Amino acid sequence: MAKKSNYISARESRRISRENRKITAEIEKKRNRKNIPESEYVTRMKDPNNCVEFDNVHTYFFTDIGTVKAVDGVSFEVPIGKTVGIVGESGCGKSVTSLSLMQLVQRPAGQTVEGEIRFNAGDKAINVVNAPASYMQKLRGNTMSMIFQEPMTSLNPVFRIGDQVNEVIQLHNPNMPKEDVKARTLEMLQLVGIANKEGVYKMYPHELSGGMRQRVMIAMALACDPKVIIADEPTTALDVTIQAQILDLLRNLKDKINSSIMLITHDLGVVAEMADYVVVMYAGRVVEKGTAHEIFKDPRHPYTIGLMNSKPVVGKKTDKLYSIPGNVPNPINMPNYCYFKDRCEMCVGKCNGEYPPVYKVSPTHEVSCYRCEEGGMN
Amino acid sequence: MSSTTENVNTNTSENILEVRHLKKYFPIKGGFFGGVTGNVKAVDDVSFSIKKGTTMGLVGESGCGKSTTGRTILRLLEKTEGDVIFNGEDISKYDKKQLRELRTKMQIIFQDPYSSLSPRLPIGEIIGEAVREHGIVPTNEYDDYVSKIMKECGLQEYHKDRYPHEFSGGQRQRICIARALALKPEFIVCDEPVSALDVSIQAQIINLLRDLQKDRDLTYLFISHDLSVVEHISDTIGVMYLGNLVETGNTEDIFDNPLHPYTKALFSAIPMPDPDLKKERILLQGDIPSPANPPQGCKFHTRCSQCMEKCKTEVPVPKDMGNGHVVSCHLYQ
Repeated sequence: MAKKSNYISARESRRISRENRKITAEIEKKRNRKNIPESEYVTRMKDPNNCVEFDNVHTYFFTDIGTVKAVDGVSFEVPIGKTVGIVGESGCGKSVTSLSLMQLVQRPAGQTVEGEIRFNAGDKAINVVNAPASYMQKLRGNTMSMIFQEPMTSLNPVFRIGDQVNEVIQLHNPNMPKEDVKARTLEMLQLVGIANKEGVYKMYPHELSGGMRQRVMIAMALACDPKVIIADEPTTALDVTIQAQILDLLRNLKDKINSSIMLITHDLGVVAEMADYVVVMYAGRVVEKGTAHEIFKDPRHPYTIGLMNSKPVVGKKTDKLYSIPGNVPNPINMPNYCYFKDRCEMCVGKCNGEYPPVYKVSPTHEVSCYRCEEGGMN
Repeated sequence: MSSTTENVNTNTSENILEVRHLKKYFPIKGGFFGGVTGNVKAVDDVSFSIKKGTTMGLVGESGCGKSTTGRTILRLLEKTEGDVIFNGEDISKYDKKQLRELRTKMQIIFQDPYSSLSPRLPIGEIIGEAVREHGIVPTNEYDDYVSKIMKECGLQEYHKDRYPHEFSGGQRQRICIARALALKPEFIVCDEPVSALDVSIQAQIINLLRDLQKDRDLTYLFISHDLSVVEHISDTIGVMYLGNLVETGNTEDIFDNPLHPYTKALFSAIPMPDPDLKKERILLQGDIPSPANPPQGCKFHTRCSQCMEKCKTEVPVPKDMGNGHVVSCHLYQ
């Protein structure tokens, strides 16, 4: 009988969890020290025009059946005032990348073990990986905020909309008088296009439709004028017409408050409409990144090409859709060659070697594939 | 209204399914004695027909009654009014015994492959249970038959003894398809079969559905809110809004020349994977009104950019614009 690939014995599992505890306890101990000196987490941005810089980030999950390298060496930048789209299939590490920035990864199992995430907080740059929890609390919701995928489940059903938005503002501005807080909340609700703001202020989440709830979520996220907004599949749960409204709203708001957006989605159409830069992720790594124009007009990585071809496009007749063969590899035992090789139909001889390095096709367009070796500038 | 319905159903002999003035109201109970205080008009006078071996796509926003239409056709929900004619027989009058026989001819594939498979049954049993119950094949051929169906749907024979939790979303959807196909149906309602799946898996499932249709001459009613998928798979399309079918016609006609303002707005909202394309977008204001208290006249007039005085009072009549392209809008009367 064929042994199940993800089967391990109880003894093995105990040994792994013991080792995991050792590793995570050490990281947690370092993190939970009191009075961490500022010098440990204040850094300098590589380019002051960037809002966020991911530099070789590794976020691992230490599970009882092995270490899952959810994010394995991701580097990209989010320039101020621009939108960066992150695309990839589910399980490719899109969401974990953004959660690493917010330091919201489920601890102690999930840890950012290597690399730097530099965040431009205006007066100084912060490496959020080393920042203490108390400091992160000041940043979260204030200068960086997140719009979650499910507006149905991310709002608290037992509090009124007004109270939930008020809470965000009060938390970050403890000295603000109550009337000002309410005024600010109403202003935010109006900003996101809720006509009946006084009414919605007193409503409970169940009284609103999906699109309205997502607007409230956006209002909450924008309440403190964040520098970076992480939109984690903001429109996946919504209809096309409502999706168009929400995307339109996000685009206008971004210009109004001059912040950056990290847009996480698996819908290539949404990315093409919204993003200035696109990052394509596969199995925890960035396989291709560049401007939206470069990625959509001149995709180089076989995975990107496959992803583009597998989506039916309105107005383009095809008899059979292209489908990428095979499945995403098991995240516990990643191969040491190119992760995409087993599903790739354009392999070259070199693909049997190590994981391909990053080749530069143009100053902004970078691809991790041996096929780009000759054409690239490296 | 009846005159236009006949226009739609010109050659009835080819149609495997005909739906005539189908209505499904859900009563709202309330008040002190729990009496009926109103109706949610989920499906409100829908008529269409599907030719054998073709696919009809049903699109619209959530809450417009797409799924309710699909389920009412299968009699998973009892209709309020109207006829459903399948292979020339009015199935809405079937009794329990006849309905049981009908189940082998009409099947459904549900949206969520995670909740529509029993976690306690192995895959072989999930697929084979109904085969055995309905006696589709003789007992001695049963095992081979289940294996054959699984192979056709891209599953391996050794998957038979596994349980649903051991499979990924795409594999589960294949199991759902295999379960529906095992009864040798002629007509399948696909209720958003790919919306819970990743893009690359979506392509696999869509290709599988198409291949099966060619091999077995199946007829699909494909319900989806993803217009690009619907365009790819369907021969004819029906656009629904708030329980009404506002526009029907061939896929090419509808996509090349959408007539109803709602269809136009819906199509302009599709995000296109081309960053250079800057297109004119018709943004619909607000949300879909409540089906318990739909607007008077044309139901779309509250969000319509070309609304006239007439739209607020009169219900538009479906009108054939040629080539089976039917639209219900005062602009074309």
